[in-house]
Amino acid sequence: MSINSNIPEGPLETKWTKYKSTIPLVNPSNKRNLEVLVIGSGLAGSSAAATLAEMGYKVKCFCFQDSPRRAHSIAAQGGINAAKNYQNDGDSVYRLFYDTIKGGDYRAREANVYRLAEISPNIIDQCVAQGVPFAREYGGMLSNRSFGGTQVQRTFYAAGQTGQQLLLGAYSALERQIGMGTVEMYSRHEMLELVMIDGKARGIIARNLITGKLERHFGHAVLMCTGGYGNVFYLSTNAMGSNVTAAWKVHKKGAYFGNPCFTQIHPTCIPVSGDHQSKLTLMSESLRNDGRIWVPKKAGDTRKASEIPEDERDYYLERRYPAFGNLVPRDVASRAAKERCDAGFGVGQSKMAVYLDFKFNMMRYGRVEATKQGIENPGDDQILALGKEVVKEKYGNLFDMYKQITGEDPYEVPMRIYPAVHYTMGGLWVDYNLMTNIPGLYALGEANFSDHGANRLGASALMQGLADGYFVIPYTIGAYLSKEISTKAISVDHPAFEEAENSVREKLGKFISIKGSKSVDHFHKKLGKIMWDKCGMARNEAGLKEAIEEIKALRTEFWQDVRVPGSIDELNPELEKAGRVADFIELGELMCMDALDRNESCGGHFREEFQTEEGEALRDDNAFSYVSAWQYGENNWTLHKEELKFENIKIAQRSYK
Amino acid sequence: MSGNMNLTLKVWRQKNSSDKGRFETYKMQDISPDMSFLEMFDVLNEQLINTGEEPVVFDHDCREGICGMCSMYINGRPHGPKDAITTCQLHMRSFKDGDIIVVEPWRAAAFPVLKDLAVDRSAFDRIIAAGGFVSVNTGNAQDGNNLPISKVDADEAFASAACIGCGACVAACKNASAMLFVSAKVNQLSILPQGKPERMQRVRAMVAQMDKEGFGACTNTGACSAECPKEISLSNIAALNREFLMANLIDQEG
Amino acid sequence: MNALSFLLNSTIGKKIVMGLTGLFLISFLLVHCGVNSLIFFNDGGELFNEGAEFMGTNLLIRTVEILLFAGLILHSIQGLYLVYLNRKSRNVSYHVNSGKNSTWYSKSMGLLGTLILIFLILHLKHFWVTSRFTDQITGGYTTLFDEMKVVFSELWVVILYVFSMFSMAYHLLHGFQSAFQTLGLNHKKYTPFIKKLGFWFSIILPFLFAMMPISMYLGWIE
Repeated sequence: MSINSNIPEGPLETKWTKYKSTIPLVNPSNKRNLEVLVIGSGLAGSSAAATLAEMGYKVKCFCFQDSPRRAHSIAAQGGINAAKNYQNDGDSVYRLFYDTIKGGDYRAREANVYRLAEISPNIIDQCVAQGVPFAREYGGMLSNRSFGGTQVQRTFYAAGQTGQQLLLGAYSALERQIGMGTVEMYSRHEMLELVMIDGKARGIIARNLITGKLERHFGHAVLMCTGGYGNVFYLSTNAMGSNVTAAWKVHKKGAYFGNPCFTQIHPTCIPVSGDHQSKLTLMSESLRNDGRIWVPKKAGDTRKASEIPEDERDYYLERRYPAFGNLVPRDVASRAAKERCDAGFGVGQSKMAVYLDFKFNMMRYGRVEATKQGIENPGDDQILALGKEVVKEKYGNLFDMYKQITGEDPYEVPMRIYPAVHYTMGGLWVDYNLMTNIPGLYALGEANFSDHGANRLGASALMQGLADGYFVIPYTIGAYLSKEISTKAISVDHPAFEEAENSVREKLGKFISIKGSKSVDHFHKKLGKIMWDKCGMARNEAGLKEAIEEIKALRTEFWQDVRVPGSIDELNPELEKAGRVADFIELGELMCMDALDRNESCGGHFREEFQTEEGEALRDDNAFSYVSAWQYGENNWTLHKEELKFENIKIAQRSYK
Repeated sequence: MSGNMNLTLKVWRQKNSSDKGRFETYKMQDISPDMSFLEMFDVLNEQLINTGEEPVVFDHDCREGICGMCSMYINGRPHGPKDAITTCQLHMRSFKDGDIIVVEPWRAAAFPVLKDLAVDRSAFDRIIAAGGFVSVNTGNAQDGNNLPISKVDADEAFASAACIGCGACVAACKNASAMLFVSAKVNQLSILPQGKPERMQRVRAMVAQMDKEGFGACTNTGACSAECPKEISLSNIAALNREFLMANLIDQEG
Repeated sequence: MNALSFLLNSTIGKKIVMGLTGLFLISFLLVHCGVNSLIFFNDGGELFNEGAEFMGTNLLIRTVEILLFAGLILHSIQGLYLVYLNRKSRNVSYHVNSGKNSTWYSKSMGLLGTLILIFLILHLKHFWVTSRFTDQITGGYTTLFDEMKVVFSELWVVILYVFSMFSMAYHLLHGFQSAFQTLGLNHKKYTPFIKKLGFWFSIILPFLFAMMPISMYLGWIE
């Protein structure tokens, strides 16, 4: 299969508009006969399912959770970007496009990113119309805040629960269609195989997680809206159920996997507290607006934060990156934290943490408040108390969450934070239409690789998920489905369904029959440790080669010694996990291979061999300005390269100094 | 490690929805106070798997208090002994050495038990499908700033919209009433101008579905709000009552 | 379905009926307590008997009385029916239930109401039946005030009345403000006032009622 990104001709600014108006349409009576399967119900999935149903297609939507509202998009805290320029601070579609390409370290497709920036304002409008309660100013207008990697205020938010509010908006649109009977919802269902007929995606095998029954579903097109695969690291900010399984199944059926090694490590997460830890919790990037990051100037300093005087603190981000300070992009902030901790300057019991300190800005807000309230000569305590109130209003829920988890009160002592796996820029390779290389198979949102390059900017994930679902796929799917109007629904008795179902049943039976001695979690933790140590924030050739061998060994051990209790025909979470971990193990190997192939550092991918004298990522644009699209093979993967052309942006060394 | 605890768990075990179910007692040793309640259950399940028993099935996903999937009735309270948090945010430092902890599933006719501690809350989805939305198709929207919304209204709508749909309100209510859940959505959308055009239809449809699902009537005990992890206010319920009354008495289409 | 039957058949509608009848019964309690409190003038029941006479003969009051009984019956039957329905909604009860999230009396309205209903049957037999369906009072053989003295000379009756007033107090303590909540009459500014009013109403009224048998039994009122 050749690799063709199908980017329309013409100038960047008019590509999408022009293309949109030339894509073939499907007339309403034909739409009723065309069935679309949407896998996943997060921002991308619900918005796509709802919108396609509104247009008249017959839609089935699947999610493994008990309700589509639980998808992990719900946990996004900070906000959603849009080039509205409501703040009159010089924002524009071009600037959002530029920031995103630069933030992604010049490893994203220009055309896709420009389209994303172009669509971004419509997303806000759509969400407002649905009743999403975005934060407002006293005048009734939408409020904005700053986020990392940008110098304008373009982030729309709903307190620290923006993802929740956006997802509930998309969920309500989806439920509306379910109520009208245009979408059939399959909650507590997991897609376990893609069914292909004559080289096209034609359906799926899904397991009803309550009864264990395998079901066959036909679709003229299948949309993978299955999120990211950060849980390959075991510990991540992803939900416990977030997995790669559905995406991996389609990959094994021939869909290319793009840039698998591009993972985002989020700089502000609550540090690991012990071996029992099952997941990591993010503290929104928006906190970096008001929190200053520091470590003691003296290595191994054991004093409490409050006992370390101002001149013995190293505000290392402000020191290294004066232009952006604490608001550098995530990859830069994460690496800087790791660098300090590795050099022995870490804080807390584990020494694997840095401080995120709000005191300075609490005092600043406190003084403003005192002035507003007309308090003359306020004392420091009074100023601090006033400032705390302001901070509470802005981030109350995050502070409470921090206190709940760590037992420390962040109003009194600085937060301790450390980077954690958060998002995967890599994913299924798609063309401009969001179609994978398998005809009729699409990937949307975090599940695809397309828009964030090697590093995603804050508040852009929500933007991309909704852009894909609300405003891209409804148009681009027409290019394919308009040619399918004469395809009658294929019976699920077709041998291809039969065969797919049998292979799934066999595999599930295999898990149960191993009856080994170790739990699924045991293997998952081991995989996570290999990945974090050798394919995490910093990677090197020797480590990656070791990791590949270790993962291969782990895979063999897994298939010999895993213990999955219960049976396949009942609600059996251990069986679900076994399937997911088996796929993570295979994915882990591919991630290491991809990281090994990319002999450069860019964005979230930092190869220790390739760095500048100051320790910054050193890109190699001549050799690696491409998307790695990996094709699965029985014995090994084949690498396809999609050249990245930058015609509208001057590639430069990324600098936030 | 010092400070670690030994605990006794009494957990509801039920094979499937038709099984009668029973309590099982488990001894937990050396539990760290830094562990979350669900991580303690991970440890329990690891033990059970290693001894060849069936692990306890419980719902959970995000483990950061926002997805609303976790649902345990712990020592007589939904989401356990602390206010305003979900089970996944409950940490073992809230217990002490030697405690006996009784864990049950949500109990409501409208939330049948699926297995062990997992219940079926799809009734909530059906209530939303009945009317918990603004009927606006993609592409219909005008500019977001064309509809000024006062900060007070936006904040109040947000406070109602913060509901995570976990069902603790139903679990806590002696009548298994879903009024707090329904009222939060009704109120969010009736405060905002976007939701006003169809507010009468919405409230009728959602209440009809709520009743159809078999949730009880609200007797204003306030248990729902007291146990709500997102502290959804009881004033939502008053607003729902008012809205419903108006929709049936005053609205000419009703 | 037409709007009214839809309303009345819904859980909210049923509660609205409870709230409206409840408030109506509360208004009756106020009048009842007002008239009966005339005994505290300790004038040998003169004022009280006049009041009772007025209440017993005024046509408007007698008409409202029919409504009152209708309201009472509706409130009782609907209340018990709701208890039954609500039990069905929580078909399996918890093994451990802390109950700290709400007051015991707010969760015991059915029980408290039933106690009040049993009391009412006795109470009606004591006074209402006597004054309406016998010629004891209309025939001038005795006055309602004297009848009270007779009834309240028995210790068990006094204890039962006082106990029932505790039931009444707790029933009102929840019911008063709950009725406003059910009718959707809440407001940031006025709800705190209604709650306070309800609180004092629920204490003072049953207290006055309870003092009647006590005062008579102990001979404070002659």
